[in-house]
Amino acid sequence: MLRKLRITLAIICFTLITLLFLDFSGALHAYFGWMAKLQFVPAILASSFVILIAIVVITVLFGRIYCSVICPLGIYQDGIAHIAEKRKKNRYSFKRRKKYSYGIGLIFFLLIAFGFTGVAIFIEPYSIFGRFASNLFSPVYRLINNVLAYFAERWNSYAFYHVDVYIKSLPMFIIAIAYFLTITVLALVNGRWYCNNICPVGTVLGCLSKFSLFKPHFDEEKCVSCGLCEKNCRCSAIDSKKHEIDYSKCVACFNCISKCNKGAMKYGYHKYMKATESPDFISDKGKTTRKTFLSTIAVLATASTLKAQEKVVDGGLATIVKKKAPKRETPLKPAGSVSLDNFSSKCTGCQLCVQSCPNDVLRASSKLDTFMQPEMSYERSYCRPSCTTCSEVCPAGAITKVTPEQKTSIQIGHAVWIGQNCVPLRDGVTCGNCAKHCPSGAITMMHYDPDDESSPKIPIINEERCIGCGACEHVCPARPFSAIFVEGNLIHREV
Amino acid sequence: MEKNNISRKDFLKVVGATAAVSAVALSGCKSDNYNKETTYSLGDIPKDKMTYRVNHNTNDRVSILGYGMMRLPFKDNVIDQEMVNKLVDYAMEHGVNYYDTSPVYCRGNSEVSTGIALSRYPREKYYLATKLSNFAPQFWSREASIKMYHDSFEKLQTNYFDYYLLHSVGNGSKGLSGWDTFQKRYIENGMIDFVQEERKAGRIRNLGFSFHGDQRVIEWLLDNHNKYHWDFVQIEMNYIDWEHAHDVDEDNVNADYLYKRLTDLNIPAVIMEPLLGGRLSKLPDVLANTLKQHAPQNSVASWAFRFVGTYPNVLTVLSGMTYMEHLQDNLRTYCPLQPCTEAELSMLMDIANLYLKYPIIPCTSCQYCMPCPYGIDIPTNFSFYNQCVNEGTIVEDSQSKDYRKARRRFLIEYNRQLEADRQVEHCIGCNQCVSHCPQHINIPEQLNRINDIVKKLQ
Repeated sequence: MLRKLRITLAIICFTLITLLFLDFSGALHAYFGWMAKLQFVPAILASSFVILIAIVVITVLFGRIYCSVICPLGIYQDGIAHIAEKRKKNRYSFKRRKKYSYGIGLIFFLLIAFGFTGVAIFIEPYSIFGRFASNLFSPVYRLINNVLAYFAERWNSYAFYHVDVYIKSLPMFIIAIAYFLTITVLALVNGRWYCNNICPVGTVLGCLSKFSLFKPHFDEEKCVSCGLCEKNCRCSAIDSKKHEIDYSKCVACFNCISKCNKGAMKYGYHKYMKATESPDFISDKGKTTRKTFLSTIAVLATASTLKAQEKVVDGGLATIVKKKAPKRETPLKPAGSVSLDNFSSKCTGCQLCVQSCPNDVLRASSKLDTFMQPEMSYERSYCRPSCTTCSEVCPAGAITKVTPEQKTSIQIGHAVWIGQNCVPLRDGVTCGNCAKHCPSGAITMMHYDPDDESSPKIPIINEERCIGCGACEHVCPARPFSAIFVEGNLIHREV
Repeated sequence: MEKNNISRKDFLKVVGATAAVSAVALSGCKSDNYNKETTYSLGDIPKDKMTYRVNHNTNDRVSILGYGMMRLPFKDNVIDQEMVNKLVDYAMEHGVNYYDTSPVYCRGNSEVSTGIALSRYPREKYYLATKLSNFAPQFWSREASIKMYHDSFEKLQTNYFDYYLLHSVGNGSKGLSGWDTFQKRYIENGMIDFVQEERKAGRIRNLGFSFHGDQRVIEWLLDNHNKYHWDFVQIEMNYIDWEHAHDVDEDNVNADYLYKRLTDLNIPAVIMEPLLGGRLSKLPDVLANTLKQHAPQNSVASWAFRFVGTYPNVLTVLSGMTYMEHLQDNLRTYCPLQPCTEAELSMLMDIANLYLKYPIIPCTSCQYCMPCPYGIDIPTNFSFYNQCVNEGTIVEDSQSKDYRKARRRFLIEYNRQLEADRQVEHCIGCNQCVSHCPQHINIPEQLNRINDIVKKLQ
């Protein structure tokens, strides 16, 4: 009964959180955006004390329900382990908690406390799942959507529309695959091994769950020491010989209770529980090898090849060179990030905002110091002033909530002009598309030579009015590198 | 663009007036052929009923339907030759004997394709028309123009042209008026005399020109008819341009004037844009319904073809038929032609008056503006907009009841028809396209207008 309840709740939570990462229409976020905000580490980063207290209280009362019902990575491992158990039954045996897990947990929370979130997120469970979902599940979801859109288009329906499926960041994609394979194989072989030896959230909640009021426990009179409970404990938390349970590892999945055919395993208030081990924090330096990747740095080409050609025959479409991202000294972060520091110290790299961005502006960074944390670029579109999706979905407070009105006055960066790319100078045509599309009126077209009325007009930027939305960069006809691009601000400011 | 703005109030007036037109038309013309019960069938298209007109200069017996080879079907970005052959076979079988091409059509591949399709028939079975399309300044020299003329023989696999045209005289070019461009293309390089010589030599059987735009050019050419002896002239004519070409753009000349001028000089008229690039087959719903109501079995397009065919000095009517269905529909209209009655002509004039009240962009998708050097797909942007006007799906009022649904529909449809890099926001207003447009549309201004609508919804 308890197990069924746990499974039902877990499936609901897992489905909704996964859908958050899959939905690109923005419809679900309005209703279930809060699901992501229940996550432990994001709640710490967002200083959501209510949620943290609730999680602590629930754990002290009932054990690590959080790990079995709310954590999507935990539920994912349960699912994988379930598949493995079908092939080989009674596969687990009791193992002591590795002591280095406490060391890893300690280091993790120290890193977070001192703002090195960018390093800590490599083992943070929620964002690991987010990276699977956004890099691996989402493309599949979108491809299915595109098949439906293909038919919808032929049936003149607007229920589905085509979305681009592409790798937003290759290093991120490779990392996601590596994690996916590792976690999946671990779950297939060892059940919840990750949760009890690596996961810092598991460690911290494990410390609390040792003292929880309600726990599973042996009814020694009924127990025949058959070992079924131990062999079916994905957490390897039960020592059936000694009738002991490591409550720091137990995630209250209730599998043992339903497996026991003698009714010897019970869940309830148990005063005299003895812990198998006292919580000691002797640390075997956890080996979290920082995976390093070469960051590809776009080289700014001095000359572009797009030159207006004289028209000779009718029809056809000119080939369009795809835009390339310019090298920005300071990365661009969405309005609501407050500052680069605030963003880097709070972002878990879960990719929820990347996945939700309706304009394809956000993508995971490939740079070493902000790896996996999202940044903005304007090759596919620009950051529309009316859109505040990312600030609504961010569970960790890295992008704080802003309204469209506020957003129009937040300067996240400022436009910079590159004269040698600018088509009026380069191709001798009149342009002014950047000025035309600037939502804040920060660009004026002025004569290149102030004394010559016949000289070409070039964009003059009023940096004080610029909000860094990138409309100018996106619509600039110069390709692959725009003649005007947005350089990020270290600290976002009101204009 | 003021004349193209249509307020809600005006629009209701349009609808009301349309209802009135249809009522008149119905009471006036409807026949009672529909009393008998029958299994509905379009019936076979007769192969021997094509209406022919005689060109008094050479006694050519020309089919009233001429095949325009400007909108040939494409497959995987190249002309679908197999389909072109099928279309030509079908047209030949049903009596179409006039084929009109140009060195610039279909990205410069139309002549070769036309040559392949037609050379399978005896040369005397069809009349071939092509043009001196020396638009780009690089062709303005005498040598380059003559080379273009000679290349056409090779591509069309022939040693004579039945009809040869100075292509689109009166159209301007970058920085030059229609008159000045005409001087550069034909007078200063002596090409106008060169083609006279070629006619004398028999390599051109009929010499003429096609006209768009600057009226000074056509007046000069017709004033000098005694010297040049134009065998035919190709003009844009349809029930909108008949009285309203000048209303649509002040650089245009009304077709009724041009037709009358040619008739007075006894010069046969070849008609282009009878359907305005398909726009007259895609009328706003209320207008289309009026025509359908009047003759439910006839296509909306058929009215445009019957209109021009009604005028006796019309030698042939060119239609750029991309699909077999276009060809079949036109054949049904012209095998044989049933001229419009007075009542029908006046109804079409009413339709034209109402049509002008819609903010439709007068693009005929001729592709002369393409390729845009900055990658914009100009005709598709315009046709998308026109389609929305015709269907009444442009959303303006964010308070209206179905705003969200209509907005979603509009944006999804826009993205379906145009990939992101081909959309209006990338128009930089360089104005290079403007001089190419035979309809004199201020393309950047119109794209800008669409941009404003799209931006508001995004």
